[in-house]
Amino acid sequence: MIEAKQLRKTFSKGKVVAVDEVSFTAPDGQITGLLGPNGAGKTTTLRMLYSLLEPDSGNMQIDGVDPQAEPIEVKRKLGVVPDSRGLYDRLTARENIRYYGKLQGLSKAEIDRRIDRFAQVLDMEKFIERKTEGFSQGQRVKVAIARALIHEPKTVLLDEPSNGLDVMTTRALRGFLQQLKNEGHCVVLSTHIMQEVAALCDRIVIIAAGRVAAEGTADQLLERSGEANLEDAFVKLIGSDEGLLA
Amino acid sequence: MIAVFLKEILDNFRDRRVIINTLIIGPLLGPALFAIMISFMSSQTAERQEAPLELAVVGAENAPNLIGFLERQGVTIKAPPADPEQAVRSEEEEVVLRIPEDFAEHWNEGHPAPVEIIADRSLRYTGTSINRVRGYLNIYNRQISQLRLQLRGIHPDITRPVSSQVVDLSTPTSRGGLILAFLPYFILITVFMGSMHMAVDTTAGERERKSLEPLLINPLPRWQFMAGKLGATTAFALATLALGLIAFVYAMGFLPTADMDIQLNLDFRVAGWAFLIVAPAALLAAALLTILASFAKSFREAQSYIGLVMLVPMIPSFWLLIDPARTETWMTWVPLLNQNVLILELVRGEPVNLVWIAACLISTSALALVLALIAGNLYSRPKLIFNSD
Repeated sequence: MIEAKQLRKTFSKGKVVAVDEVSFTAPDGQITGLLGPNGAGKTTTLRMLYSLLEPDSGNMQIDGVDPQAEPIEVKRKLGVVPDSRGLYDRLTARENIRYYGKLQGLSKAEIDRRIDRFAQVLDMEKFIERKTEGFSQGQRVKVAIARALIHEPKTVLLDEPSNGLDVMTTRALRGFLQQLKNEGHCVVLSTHIMQEVAALCDRIVIIAAGRVAAEGTADQLLERSGEANLEDAFVKLIGSDEGLLA
Repeated sequence: MIAVFLKEILDNFRDRRVIINTLIIGPLLGPALFAIMISFMSSQTAERQEAPLELAVVGAENAPNLIGFLERQGVTIKAPPADPEQAVRSEEEEVVLRIPEDFAEHWNEGHPAPVEIIADRSLRYTGTSINRVRGYLNIYNRQISQLRLQLRGIHPDITRPVSSQVVDLSTPTSRGGLILAFLPYFILITVFMGSMHMAVDTTAGERERKSLEPLLINPLPRWQFMAGKLGATTAFALATLALGLIAFVYAMGFLPTADMDIQLNLDFRVAGWAFLIVAPAALLAAALLTILASFAKSFREAQSYIGLVMLVPMIPSFWLLIDPARTETWMTWVPLLNQNVLILELVRGEPVNLVWIAACLISTSALALVLALIAGNLYSRPKLIFNSD
């Protein structure tokens, strides 16, 4: 469960306002989508949640833990697949995941048991022992997800998870996220693709120019905008179609 | 922290470039260069001193006795070039001896008869030839003056009121130390070479691969990531240093030390002391290079910074080469300078001064730890984590 209240973050000594008073709630057992054009402040919001950036003002809680006060504790609770999914090319997929497992303080036996399970769930068995150099985007995302979730966190954050993925991999990813939701996890993903939120998300938070433009279920958003489809509703709610074509 | 350390070691062992740079070229380059340089130097010097001197003489007909003397000394007299000055300037001739026409006139009157040695002293290689010509002329001078005095019934010793003699206390080992003056530089550069690639790979490389942000989302204090990386870089630097010293010990065995009448005091005992003395410099080098590379966004950018830092270990070494000063206690408190002076003391075969070594270890470790602390705090700066902003 994530609660963010009036988060604000500026860069270049206050000249650039990246996130302006963003508030939202992401409950357990649901998938929450942060939808917005490129540069709207989605990534910055997520970075504050996983404590790599400090907000200028506002506060947030993840399962009752404040990331600013207890950054290490919050990182134990979170599984994060950030926008940069750099893997170590000279290590095998298994070694990449194992490294993160060790950093999470898990035992070697436990790590290997969980990797084997992920290999099965995410269909990685064919390449789990291969060096990640030359992996496809889809394979990389799978490894990045497995290493981010190796410590079985309650809350999962994904930044643009389907970027660069083909249709089949995207479908598999959606299935996996649904499964996490059904297990009671709190899943938050950021995206600029409306089809993604429409297909996947229980709650949608529309962010534009650093502010929350609207929040609610897909039906609520349609109702509020008076439009027939989500795309038109989205354009109407953020007031422009800038950044949607990227 | 240990997980980071082990991962970086494993990751870099898989990289052929690292292995070649750090564990093969790094340790071998110094000794190989050094051995080649020294044997070339010694063979060149020997050649210049022992090869028959070929001397172009202008006006040889003006002093047939002198020419006869030079020939008896083994000098090959050559016909002079048309323009001696020009010939020396254009480096066709190293040295030209000119005997003026009034040589015989001065000689017969009992005045010093003039001869000129034409050479360009700014050309370093002519030094030996000038000295050899001078040496022959001095011998001739002495012989003739002795003969002249004897003719007048005076004992030649009257012209030598003082007889000076240098009592050379140098030992073959200490003369070897002179040759080994370059050694500290080569050893220090080995340490910097050893940590270079790893420092770049674990920091700038991590940013270039975009793996830094996900790494830092793991629940560890940020300094621990840096500590693991620094530890791995230092371990590689120490391995390079150890291999380099071993290579040096073996390379010294190939030098023609007997011909040069020197003994190179670089056995495994000395190498062991050198390892101890230089070990803190490994952490120093690792921390310094890591700090620099952390600011770079890519491998390439990092390497261009590091090229400049490679000059740092050269400064004290070259200062000592240009101005060879006696080792004083204050020097042992200056990091990098102290490694230089103490290695020189060691290879000269001086007894080990434990106070100096302690000073060296304490001061270098202290500076290295300060740099390591700076490095450890770098990842608290968001600018160094994200690629885009």
